[in-house]
Amino acid sequence: MPLALLTYALGLGERKRHFPAPQPLQKRYDVLIIGAGGHGLACAYHLAKDHGITKTIVIDKGYLGGGNTARNTTIVRANYLTEEGTAFYKESLALFENLSQELDLNTMYSKRGHLTLAHTDAALRTARWRAEVNKHLGVRSEVVGRHELRKICPQLNLSDEVRFPVLGALYHAPGAIARHDAVAWGYARAAYRRGVEILQNTEATGFQVERGRVVGVRTSRGTITAAKVVQAVAGHSSVLAHKLGIRLPIRTVPLQACVSQPYQPFLDPIVVSGSLHVYISQSARGEFVMGGATDPAELYDTRSTLEFKEQLMMHILELFPQLANANLLRQWAGLADMTPDFSPVMGKTPVKNYYIDAGWGTWGFKATPVCGKRMAECVATDKTPALLKPFALSRFDDFDLVGEKGAASVGH
Amino acid sequence: MPCPIHGERNIAEFFCKGPVLSMPNATRGTRQQWARYLFLAENKAGIVDEWWLHSPSSLWFVARRDTTSDEILQTWTIEAYRTQQQKKTTPKATPKATSKTTTR
Ligand SMILES: Cc1cc2nc3c(=O)[nH]c(=O)nc-3n(C[C@H](O)[C@H](O)[C@H](O)COP(=O)(O)OP(=O)(O)OC[C@H]3O[C@@H](n4cnc5c(N)ncnc54)[C@H](O)[C@@H]3O)c2cc1C
Repeated sequence: MPLALLTYALGLGERKRHFPAPQPLQKRYDVLIIGAGGHGLACAYHLAKDHGITKTIVIDKGYLGGGNTARNTTIVRANYLTEEGTAFYKESLALFENLSQELDLNTMYSKRGHLTLAHTDAALRTARWRAEVNKHLGVRSEVVGRHELRKICPQLNLSDEVRFPVLGALYHAPGAIARHDAVAWGYARAAYRRGVEILQNTEATGFQVERGRVVGVRTSRGTITAAKVVQAVAGHSSVLAHKLGIRLPIRTVPLQACVSQPYQPFLDPIVVSGSLHVYISQSARGEFVMGGATDPAELYDTRSTLEFKEQLMMHILELFPQLANANLLRQWAGLADMTPDFSPVMGKTPVKNYYIDAGWGTWGFKATPVCGKRMAECVATDKTPALLKPFALSRFDDFDLVGEKGAASVGH
Repeated sequence: MPCPIHGERNIAEFFCKGPVLSMPNATRGTRQQWARYLFLAENKAGIVDEWWLHSPSSLWFVARRDTTSDEILQTWTIEAYRTQQQKKTTPKATPKATSKTTTR
């Protein structure tokens, strides 16, 4: 037994708090961030680190990192379809690769390679399109045939004796997975160290508005005054923005996932099939992490359903028949904030001093570092960074959408 | 799902087709009205009227559902729903046509 575990069990030795105890509230903050998920915390960290703004408070109605950040299946990739999307996620990948050093916490970032299987000619065409856009922007992506696929992922069932035989795939070598909790905790701790306050179990219930500007947030612990306010609340985005009269292009839909019990290392790459609506990877713990597309209707409830698991397993077993006897260990859901174009909404809103970070649907974990960095820049300078411009809320009034459905509807 | 024609059927036979909204006028609707109709959903946590499709029979109908519990409260054929809506002076589940941004 390791010594540390033994001393802990015997109650010896000093127990260090991971995060400091909450302090009494200050009179006024420079920035208040609603939502202590990865996005809110990363924004707080970059406000402090890049812009010297440390009088920041992050509030969460639950616990830190307990929303979609805790529920996601941690796929990190940059092989998107649009130039705007690819450039944005490419920067996030670069930040992710260095994140453990940056935050002084092991995020267990593990480059696995990411395969998007094609079972139809149409899917192969989309793969080719994505590969060309990606290569043009310096992101490693290529279309591979069955022969190469067999080398990259020998475990995959390439037989023709299935309902939807695999024809080829889009291969994205930098595709990775990471430890989601470590990302949230790492940003939280690094933000704390720079003076940021984090207040859990505190729900934003309304706003104080004076002459069209937000000046404070009403919370379950009273009103907190702040010069600028950011909302980063994922599936609850519409409900919160509604209190300010802001309409969002968002539908809240559950996204379910599950893991098997741990097994010996078996599967290196992340395997996604857009046509079969499933994806799978094997975590560092040996669990098979599996999921698919969102539920069929809007819902503010994180229940799990049998339909989801039946659909999922039917197709997973076609791709990996070896898993037929694997046992499921856990299942859960998160509330995905889905947009019509499968792209996020970031930046300014019609209300002064109020900034939004939403529309992350099923794809926002990988964007945590870049979104935190660029949202911080937007809030600190009150100017929209070039990388965020295509994702403004106003794009829906301008009919100027950033269509990412072909690259984001299943492969999160 | 209690289908208004077929009675109770497995939910897997149905597709949810989004909230019942009144469409802007085809020639006179403004860009803003269309943007709101197409993209800027209310996304309410609560009771909503929605279009549903019974796939095997291609039947479209309206269901009232609670989006916090997934409970289906009532269903109507299109005709029955219209009659019910006309009886009311203020029809429910139509989007507010105004687009002014109010605070709070
Ligand atoms: C099952 C599943 C799998 C996914 N897989 C992937 C993947 O493989 N790759 C990927 O990139 N993305 C994935 N995603 C998406 C990703 O998880 C999210 O987009 C991302 O984590 C969003 O982070 P966030 O910080 O914005 O939101 P969250 O982590 O949800 O944080 C929002 C916080 O706001 C709080 N909050 C809400 N309302 C209030 C209020 N009124 N007052 C105070 N606090 C409030 C919540 O408690 C929550 O903690 C997946 C999502 C799910 C559900």
